[in-house]
Amino acid sequence: MRLRAIAAFAAALLSGTCLAHADTITIATVNNSQMVTMQKLSPVWEQKTGNHINWVVLEENVLRQRVTTDIATHGGQFDIVTLGSYEAPLWGKQGWLTPLDGMSGYDYKDVFPSVLQSLTEGGKLYALPFYAESSFTYYRKDLFQAAGLTMPDHPTYAQIDQYAAKLTDKSKQQYGICLRGKPGWGENMAFFDTLLNTYGGEWFDKSWNAQLDKKPWTDALTFYIHLLNDYGPPGASSNGFNENQALFSTGHCAMWIDATSGAGLIYDKNSSQVYDKTAFTAAPVDVTPNGSHWFWAWALAVPSTSKKASTAESFIAWATSKDYINLVGEKEGWTTLPPGTRLSTYSNPDYLKAAPFAGAVKTAIETADLDHPTLNPVPYTGIQYVSIPEFEAMGTTVGQLVAAALTGQQTVDGALKQAQASVSSTMEQAGYTQ
Amino acid sequence: MSQGVVKKSSPIAGTIAWVVALLMFFPIAWMVLASFKTEVQAVQTPPLIIFHPTLINYRDIFAEANYLQFAWNSIAISVGATVLSLIIGVPAAFSMAFYPTHRTRGLLLWMLSTKMLPAVGVLVPIYLLCRDLGLLDSKTALIVINMLSNLPIAIWMLYTFFRDLPKDIIEASRIDGANLRQVLVHVLLPLVMPGIASTGLLGIILCWNEAFWSLNLTAHSAAPLTAFIASFSAPQGLFWAKLSAASVLAIAPILIFGWISQKQLVSGLTFGAVK
Repeated sequence: MRLRAIAAFAAALLSGTCLAHADTITIATVNNSQMVTMQKLSPVWEQKTGNHINWVVLEENVLRQRVTTDIATHGGQFDIVTLGSYEAPLWGKQGWLTPLDGMSGYDYKDVFPSVLQSLTEGGKLYALPFYAESSFTYYRKDLFQAAGLTMPDHPTYAQIDQYAAKLTDKSKQQYGICLRGKPGWGENMAFFDTLLNTYGGEWFDKSWNAQLDKKPWTDALTFYIHLLNDYGPPGASSNGFNENQALFSTGHCAMWIDATSGAGLIYDKNSSQVYDKTAFTAAPVDVTPNGSHWFWAWALAVPSTSKKASTAESFIAWATSKDYINLVGEKEGWTTLPPGTRLSTYSNPDYLKAAPFAGAVKTAIETADLDHPTLNPVPYTGIQYVSIPEFEAMGTTVGQLVAAALTGQQTVDGALKQAQASVSSTMEQAGYTQ
Repeated sequence: MSQGVVKKSSPIAGTIAWVVALLMFFPIAWMVLASFKTEVQAVQTPPLIIFHPTLINYRDIFAEANYLQFAWNSIAISVGATVLSLIIGVPAAFSMAFYPTHRTRGLLLWMLSTKMLPAVGVLVPIYLLCRDLGLLDSKTALIVINMLSNLPIAIWMLYTFFRDLPKDIIEASRIDGANLRQVLVHVLLPLVMPGIASTGLLGIILCWNEAFWSLNLTAHSAAPLTAFIASFSAPQGLFWAKLSAASVLAIAPILIFGWISQKQLVSGLTFGAVK
């Protein structure tokens, strides 16, 4: 009897101790399908640890503004934030994020080295990747077959131009190519920067002088406008990833060059009418393969203002683990798992069987070299972005000018002249040039 | 015009009114239709008019988010801010209407000018204030900010209602022995009640639709329906059908509320227009 009382007391003490350690953490994230799945499966972690999660789901740009304000003013509203490979090194450098490179028991070796590198600054890892993507070319194999065309493994933009011309039939609302046209540094400029890179262009020379009035910019923009105006869907300047995914998945695009993370959606019977008619190949190239396909990682980080950093780290360790990836595969379907982060994902037979695009995605991610994004040497890293804080505003301004040229509101020369002046002025004001 | 005579409206004016009404209602009707489509159907071109409706978006929304908590926050913030703005606005408008000074007009214009400041211009100071007062992610912060934001409009509206009352009414009441509080509560307030009601209704609608501060100052506990809608927009993946369903759920309470109270709203807004 006495023994049972002691045991009961000990159990109560232990459960009390557990309760005392139970935390409630707040996670700020975006509404991407991968994050929705994470939210859905998070009770598994909550039950395992006894902790609780409050989710704050925001639109991407609102999230950036919201989290930036909170961290910069030491508001301490969030314990985990979702950010990209552009923000992680910049915010880390500012001292806004807690380094995550010393987590015991975390299998860092299983993560793609290039993905870890993209989230590192000054030798410190500031975020752990949730999923990563590159870009490649989706195409309709049925339309190619019917037109007697064969898509090569590594197409050139000259070939893409020819195929788009042959496969465009506007009377059937069938467009040769769909590309991002919506203005924004993460929208039209994400694609346009890869086109510019492979055309041999760059944003800045080694001394940070703007290069937007140089020939590669003119050639790339002229070609981009030609492709979209002659073979693209109407209103292309309003189309971002979502709009093009909708157009492609409803059978309106013969080709689409965009994020590899869209493959799971295109191969999903529930969201695509062309899941069995789609194939993929590498992103096209022109004079150089450098920077011809982008790299992006969505990652989870702990703001330095969080008072529950250890609980937050515990969640991140779980949500970015191999076990979590397998859990998503088993519960939600193998094509929907968070891709592009772990080597083990690409040796998982269940995933390889369900996702015919897996190998191409792995190759695209592994060959996207953030440190050598252009033909000529440049002082920055990043393929579809320039890793400096000023780029967000500059990229959006130039994106608007590119969209203006696309819609004919500005000439190519006029738009690039204005872009050059704007970027030069920003760089001078920021102290990069004199 | 004598009572009982009904003026016939012209068919042209009626047609124009119908066209304008339909044009204004079209986005709402489209949103409701999209909310019953699948994501692929919602983005299909040409758009689908006839389709098998589905409730899957509503089911997903209720599974993903705590709608009732967001709705309760919207109600508490809207009603709280509006009641506060009326408590401050009624005496302010009364004093400016019945006891104006040579600075009253300038004061009214200055109050209105505060509405011209872009909200983002004061985001950081207000964020810091809320942080230091421990009001981040609290309904109190949003109630106070919405109250301050709508106070100029409330005072202006109430001022015009009070101004239209005959000034002699106060003198007459005073002669009958009423003090200032009794004049305000028992004489003037019943007369301007339609105006107060319409000011209150407008205040509630403005608070309900306010998004900037809701998105920037709340996280989980105090987030209202505007934050709820924003959470269904996605940078990658189709979301129109679900976003439409979330929007329907967000506007439904205020739409019903507006429908029920439209008589008071119209009578209040036209109060004093025809003497």
